[in-house]
Amino acid sequence: MHELSLTQNIVELAIEYARRENARVILSLTIEIGALSGVMAEAVSFAFDVCSQDTMAQGAQLEIRHIPGLGRCMACHEQTEMETLSYVCPACGSLALETLQGQEMKFIEMEVD
Amino acid sequence: MCINCGCNGEPNHHHRHDPPTRTVRVEEDLLAKNNRLASANRQQFSTHDLFVLNLVSSPGSGKTSLLERTLTDLQNCLRFAVLEGDQQTSNDAERIAATGVPVWQINTGSGCHLDAHMVGHGVDHFELAATDILMIENVGNLVCPASFDLGEDHKVAVLSVTEGEDKPLKYPQMFQAADLMLINKIDLLPYLRFDLEQCKAFARQINPRIEIIELSCHSGAGMTAWYDWLTSGVAGKRAKKE
Repeated sequence: MHELSLTQNIVELAIEYARRENARVILSLTIEIGALSGVMAEAVSFAFDVCSQDTMAQGAQLEIRHIPGLGRCMACHEQTEMETLSYVCPACGSLALETLQGQEMKFIEMEVD
Repeated sequence: MCINCGCNGEPNHHHRHDPPTRTVRVEEDLLAKNNRLASANRQQFSTHDLFVLNLVSSPGSGKTSLLERTLTDLQNCLRFAVLEGDQQTSNDAERIAATGVPVWQINTGSGCHLDAHMVGHGVDHFELAATDILMIENVGNLVCPASFDLGEDHKVAVLSVTEGEDKPLKYPQMFQAADLMLINKIDLLPYLRFDLEQCKAFARQINPRIEIIELSCHSGAGMTAWYDWLTSGVAGKRAKKE
């Protein structure tokens, strides 16, 4: 449910940057969401249509890039892809992994006119 | 004058005069605004040597009861203030107010979590210089509050034994973000099929560094360990500044 307030942030941020650039309209936005961020891309897409209504971002294309999760085993130090936070090291079976990548939620860029 | 060909912008010309679409680099974290406000809160709390906890759990884990007991037992040696977060009602704030501790209720309405902005304004109602510990009782929700830094020193996840030992696996973000897990209502263990050791193992699988205290705010079991943790947290915060 917090996707709604995150998406409101995206729209506010987009408008702020667009105004700074003297743009009339926002055509597309690119954001990154990590597999381990706890944010559902589908919920952000859905919320974006609602949040952007009657703003200069209305109708803009929202591109969401998926960042895969990456962890390192704290026992054997092997790196492994992890799609969830509860993950078992495939090399040694340890349960303790630290997260290296996949928790990001980032607004990368946008196309304006 | 047009910089491309030197014309005066006549219509039906051979190229567009309005600037073409362009790419704007943003490169901002989606939580940047909240994180900025959380940093400001953290700085303000540090100025007053305030030890700040963000209590998170599912609804009904016993956060408010735990606070009531803690405040009643410790308010002679530590000065508390409590921020209560709920979607609706001031019921929890009234329960805390009955202990005599300063409390402020934040109603989030449709919101599913507290954010740094709400907390920043919430603490305006307290005399921070005369407070040792600020307890922030977040909205009962194991999902959304995990992402929102409020400026606290620690997130404390409360899990009660009536909930099932696999909660840390089901809601990993929250248990990874927490520094301490309180397993509450352990007086009910004889009546339940709750595997305490399994629960602790699951929590450590998600977060190898998490501290765990088992307690019951009803029977009082384990409360001393929690009080020691609080007292050393306050002392540590003061020592860090000196």
